[in-house]
Amino acid sequence: MKKLKGIGVSPGVAIGPAYILLTGRIKITRRILRPEEVSREINRFHRALDETIRDLEEVKKHIPAEMSQPLSIIDAHILMLKDPSLIRETERYIRESFMNAEWALRKVLSRYQQIFLSLGDFYLRERIHDLEHLIDKVILTLQGQNNQTTLKEPAVIVAHDLSPADTARLRPDTTQAFVTEVGSRTSHTAIVARSLGIPAVVAVKDVTETVNPGDLLIVDGLSGEVIINPTQEVIEEFLDRRLECQERKAFLSKFAKEPAITLDGRRVAIRANIELLDEIPLALEFGAEGVGLYRTEYLYVTRRDLPGEEELYRTYRQVVEGLSPELVTFRTLDIGGDKFAQELDLPEEINPALGLRAIRLCLKNPALFRTQLRAILRASLFGRVRIMFPMISGLGELHLAKEILAEVAEELRREGVELKELPSLGVMIEVPSAVAIADLLAREVDFFSIGTNDLIQYALAIDRGNEEVAHLYEPLHPGILRLIKQSVEAGHREGIEVAMCGEMAGELFCVPLLIGFGLDELSMNPQTIPAVKNLVRKLSFEECQALVEEALNLPTPEEVRALLLDWFEKKDLTLF
Amino acid sequence: MVKRKVVIQNDLGLHARPAAKLAEAARKFQAKVYLRKGSQQVEAESILDVLSLACTKGSIIEIWAEGEEAERAVSEIVELLTEKIS
Repeated sequence: MKKLKGIGVSPGVAIGPAYILLTGRIKITRRILRPEEVSREINRFHRALDETIRDLEEVKKHIPAEMSQPLSIIDAHILMLKDPSLIRETERYIRESFMNAEWALRKVLSRYQQIFLSLGDFYLRERIHDLEHLIDKVILTLQGQNNQTTLKEPAVIVAHDLSPADTARLRPDTTQAFVTEVGSRTSHTAIVARSLGIPAVVAVKDVTETVNPGDLLIVDGLSGEVIINPTQEVIEEFLDRRLECQERKAFLSKFAKEPAITLDGRRVAIRANIELLDEIPLALEFGAEGVGLYRTEYLYVTRRDLPGEEELYRTYRQVVEGLSPELVTFRTLDIGGDKFAQELDLPEEINPALGLRAIRLCLKNPALFRTQLRAILRASLFGRVRIMFPMISGLGELHLAKEILAEVAEELRREGVELKELPSLGVMIEVPSAVAIADLLAREVDFFSIGTNDLIQYALAIDRGNEEVAHLYEPLHPGILRLIKQSVEAGHREGIEVAMCGEMAGELFCVPLLIGFGLDELSMNPQTIPAVKNLVRKLSFEECQALVEEALNLPTPEEVRALLLDWFEKKDLTLF
Repeated sequence: MVKRKVVIQNDLGLHARPAAKLAEAARKFQAKVYLRKGSQQVEAESILDVLSLACTKGSIIEIWAEGEEAERAVSEIVELLTEKIS
């Protein structure tokens, strides 16, 4: 049994076999064999070799006739895998140096690398890449994951990092938990895991090297613990913990559909952040009063080309109808930065978080923006829709975006679409300059939605994906608290509603402060809604306001945290 | 034992495809076929070792074999290497 520790980013306990998803360079485990294991290891090596050869023969069969030659490069590859000298050398390392097959293959590869790289002929030198690729394939087969993206049995996904495209291809029903080597509370993996209700632990150092495929893992998405091959005793303890979690969930969900009203009668709208159509039933079941943030990037990041208006419209209409009579808030395309669409062929940027993304990208590619706006407006006829623009940093961008929206609406009306009134329009408050001019923005829109993930990142100058500084990402920083207060006050002075849709909105620990700030709506991952509603019902708005006053006088995040802990304790409120 | 010498005539030398052809041919016979270039000698069946000989155009290669079908193997391989395989 071995324990590792990371950051728990999506609560829940999972127990299951490890499935190592190799993204980036393949890491291998080096193991010294016991003498009696040698012949079994040699058999294992041969089985993997045969399987890889069969795969290649399968590929060969599917090459179109007009492209096939009597002897293709695939034949050369197959012969490389049948190479007697390669086989002999690998077996020798296994038999004489007691190396496991993966390690032995790497040894043999490095010998060929030396030979080939010293060859004078460029063409021949390049052939080493064929061999590197082939040996990687055999190693993947040895590790039981040549077929990387289809996971048949439920398992815990272990990876260095997961890209949006990786997570999009994983099926929620076979994914028990995520464990990654990098990441933070707001990295993509964490967000996806939370929205799917799958436990996740990130920032677990060297986990892909420490864990072997098939090892039994316990993952605690709250404490950040990962236990490799636990003892029976530990397994039972965790099963108890999981049961406790489930009972608590069952209790909370009984009241999930009741509104969140404080003891002194202030009602706060609790809404869901969603990304996929399939999340709607879940969100409603957890008691979401509509959707406060519908992330619209999914249809763009999971494919090579761009989705057309009809496809967007069909999906959007299903979302709107699925939520009706509750409302749905469309955030227009927030692409760029850590997300991507292949067809847009965005230039590689040194600093993507500060680069061409979100509303900037849309204003630079008006056709892309118009297509999306047309689809949203057409879908808006089937229920209650709000639209908000991400990354607004000044009035210029807002004016341009509004102008395009008005043009698109006019265009649709001319085409006979009966758009009586336009959806409510909002801006995301996530760039510090937007807070500074919140009074000006408030006069031009119907609502604000504070996106704390980016606001914190930009205000504290912390790259949330950078392991070195991720710990400095701090929602309770006095600077952040002041930015939130300022945004809420500016909005309320102009009589508009102010929502929050960042991660912070679903952090129970922060909820009393958020209520005290006077936020009108909190939008969060569906799973957290029952617990947040439950907490809001136990709070008094007046006391929360007093708590905010006190917190704003404290100079450091540590002191704010201590104040909150005290407060929770004094009120006898639990944190889950 | 039959030993034959050939000069590689292919412009690209004994690159992946000809080496594959060679290895494939060598596997067919009840014999072990060897190639020598300078002081290095390798099995013809080992495509990787053949490639690592770096037989560029004009290289002189010696070929011989051991086993029942040694003679047939050598003559077929010489034929293979001297035709302009690409």
